[in-house]
Amino acid sequence: MKRGRSGICLDVQGVGKAFGSTRVLQGLQLMIPPGEFVAVVGRSGCGKSTLLRLISGLDQPSEGKILLDNQPVTGVHADVRMMFQEARLLPWQRVIDNVQIGIKSESRISAEEVLQLVGLADRAAEWPRVLSGGQRQRVALARALAGEPRLLLLDEPLGALDALTRIEMQQLIEELWLEQKFSAILVTHDVSEAVTLADRVIVLEKGRVALDLPISLPRPRARDHGFAHFERVILDKVMARGTEGVAIVKQRAYSYSV
Amino acid sequence: MIALRASFKKLSAKTLIPWSIPLLFILCWQLFGLSPTPVQVLAASVQLIESGELAEYIGVSARRAAIGFAVGGSIGFLLGLGNGLFPIAEKLLDTPVQMIRTIPHLALIPLVIFWFGIGETGKLFLVALGVLFPVYVNTFHGIRTVDPGLIEMGRVYGLRGAKLFWKVIFPGALPSILVGVRYALGVMWISLIVAETIASDSGIGYMATNAREFMQMDVVLLSILLYALLGKLSDVIARLLERRCLRWHPGYND
Repeated sequence: MKRGRSGICLDVQGVGKAFGSTRVLQGLQLMIPPGEFVAVVGRSGCGKSTLLRLISGLDQPSEGKILLDNQPVTGVHADVRMMFQEARLLPWQRVIDNVQIGIKSESRISAEEVLQLVGLADRAAEWPRVLSGGQRQRVALARALAGEPRLLLLDEPLGALDALTRIEMQQLIEELWLEQKFSAILVTHDVSEAVTLADRVIVLEKGRVALDLPISLPRPRARDHGFAHFERVILDKVMARGTEGVAIVKQRAYSYSV
Repeated sequence: MIALRASFKKLSAKTLIPWSIPLLFILCWQLFGLSPTPVQVLAASVQLIESGELAEYIGVSARRAAIGFAVGGSIGFLLGLGNGLFPIAEKLLDTPVQMIRTIPHLALIPLVIFWFGIGETGKLFLVALGVLFPVYVNTFHGIRTVDPGLIEMGRVYGLRGAKLFWKVIFPGALPSILVGVRYALGVMWISLIVAETIASDSGIGYMATNAREFMQMDVVLLSILLYALLGKLSDVIARLLERRCLRWHPGYND
């Protein structure tokens, strides 16, 4: 796939979001340089999916502003694509036509080429209902990449997949990101996944950035001491416990996912 | 030779099994000699076919049904679309529609005759009115229950307005719309039968009313049979439509 485009520079300035009386985000500051892979982790309800929806333009912030390449976000941006937790393929269109949805009119790439990238070129004429969960997400990934995005938003796309498929998808996403150099924001509850894929891991807590940790490990990431160290630091922060006795026992009870 | 016999057997079994009970029923009827017997009905129908009257009656009835369905179906569909897509339209139009819906439309017959006379218009009005509501309700429901996740995905991928409608909303509503069509076809025939029985000078209903006057019970039975066959035919058409449009649906396969 020919590349001539680089990632988007994202600037989140003092963003807040409230749903009725519930404040989900407040005073959020975040800067993501072009081409960086950032993971956002946090407990349920910490606002990570909300943040993604604000960046994508599906929702408006209650305060503050979001700038993509110094332009404020006013609805959906043509260079921004999103992957959801479910594949969200149109069941009434064949695989190739689903990927075609992502193709922009001025595009230099074809749907077949993108399907080839995710290894599903031979399933182009199938209906989505015959595909497995992992295959559907791969089609969704192809659809997202078909638009040659400069910012890819990933909202827990691997959460519903089995462990082995998850590893394969992680490798695929990393491969494609290294090749195409778009900016990427991955929202995940899986700390291991965050450390595997991201240049930087953000922990959200009480609507703000509680931890911003650059991952200084070489790629591809091996699960060694360094890896475990980063996981521990992040998990400690997410669990938000320090040295309280009870909390430490609780921590041991949580196992790190695959 | 064996292959030929095997495929013939398979074909016969598949097409004959649905008809096995009706055929058995007719056989028993003939054997018991309950008048009018199937053979008598058959003889009457042959006579009518030869005179060309049967084809004419069927043609007239089918035409009425089709036009009434087209008119009522279109109005119901457009109303359902409008109310489904635009909340303002729903606020304005849903209550009046629901109020009219609860009136059993066949109870309107005396009023219809008073307004439209006993000609074609009244019959078409009754058929159209009967068809309108199932199509409306199911179209409206179909539009409202399209997966919001898919609509959101559409928005993210730049689908807007007409494109969003044709690619996401309409296909998503289609299974429900087709249910409405199936239901409406049943109501169409019932409305037609009643309308034709009331006052008619052509069509199957006229044939039946005439025969009743002259105590030709075999012809009366024939008319009932014709309505049943036409009902089955329209159901087959609806099934074919479903199969064609809903090939992608996991529920409409195997």
